[in-house]
Amino acid sequence: MAEDIKAKLEKYRTAPFDARFPNQNQTRNCWSNYVDYYRCQKALDAKGLDTQPCEWYKRVYKSLCPISWPKRFDSLSFAKHHKLLPPLKLERFLVPPVV
Amino acid sequence: MAHPSQLGFQDAASPVMEELLHFHDHALMIVFLISTLVLYIIVAMVTTKLTNKFILDSQEIEIIWTLLPAIILILIALPSLRILYLMDEINDPHLTIKAMGHQWYWSYEYTDYEDLGFDSYMIPTQDLAPGQFRLLEADHRMVVPVESPIRILISAEDVLHSWAVPSLGVKMDAVPGRLNQTAFIASRPGVFYGQCSEICGANHSFMPIVVEAVPLEHFENWSSLMLEDA
Repeated sequence: MAEDIKAKLEKYRTAPFDARFPNQNQTRNCWSNYVDYYRCQKALDAKGLDTQPCEWYKRVYKSLCPISWPKRFDSLSFAKHHKLLPPLKLERFLVPPVV
Repeated sequence: MAHPSQLGFQDAASPVMEELLHFHDHALMIVFLISTLVLYIIVAMVTTKLTNKFILDSQEIEIIWTLLPAIILILIALPSLRILYLMDEINDPHLTIKAMGHQWYWSYEYTDYEDLGFDSYMIPTQDLAPGQFRLLEADHRMVVPVESPIRILISAEDVLHSWAVPSLGVKMDAVPGRLNQTAFIASRPGVFYGQCSEICGANHSFMPIVVEAVPLEHFENWSSLMLEDA
């Protein structure tokens, strides 16, 4: 499996046709590969495996995403706008009563 | 590029544009034939001294002038749908280029291998060399290898723009936050011009697109040179 991906990476020209995104709007294709790269890294790291197969997602998202987009995806304002952060724990603002 | 007092399309530089040209010839010929027939009938009606006050109905001519338009419409629809599906074919691109619209210039990114990106500003009229085209030339052209399927992903960094190159048969809106995909094959080497096709502010007319199709070796040399300069 890892050898297949290595072979594919060596012969890489550009992002191939992805049947999940057959139409004009390729925004989700860029986003999906970007997210898959980091998920793959996280999953394989957690198992202590080689993260080389994740390079495929990286090549694809680098081909598809405009250069400025990954930086934007990483920003806090993007995460807030798209509600990607976990809910705030407001208990920390509760002041204990003064005795 | 466009010529003064041009009536038709620019010469096709891609297979899809050739098909569109031929279809346009076909549809326009039908339109001319119908218009000529109608004009002839109008002139004949207006210039005759004969009168007939007693025709009430006629089954035959009603059938003819119902069936004939239906047949003509089918004759237009079939090639049209053929080209529509041809444009939508799944292709296997050799190269992906991103064209980002800004106010008021285009930037091109070639990131399949290295991160190559550059801006393409219009050459102002006072800086043109003799023989260059006013409002069409840009300082950095988008170079592509000839006869290779190219995927081009178009977006914008600020307002709406539109990336259009008539001789390649390509026009696609550049929408901020969205990545629009189109594809083309440059069938011959050459330089192909286009202009921004969506109103985007004061200098909307002054952000042209220039595509230069070159043989593959020249493309590889060019991209190495551009990477060194960057």
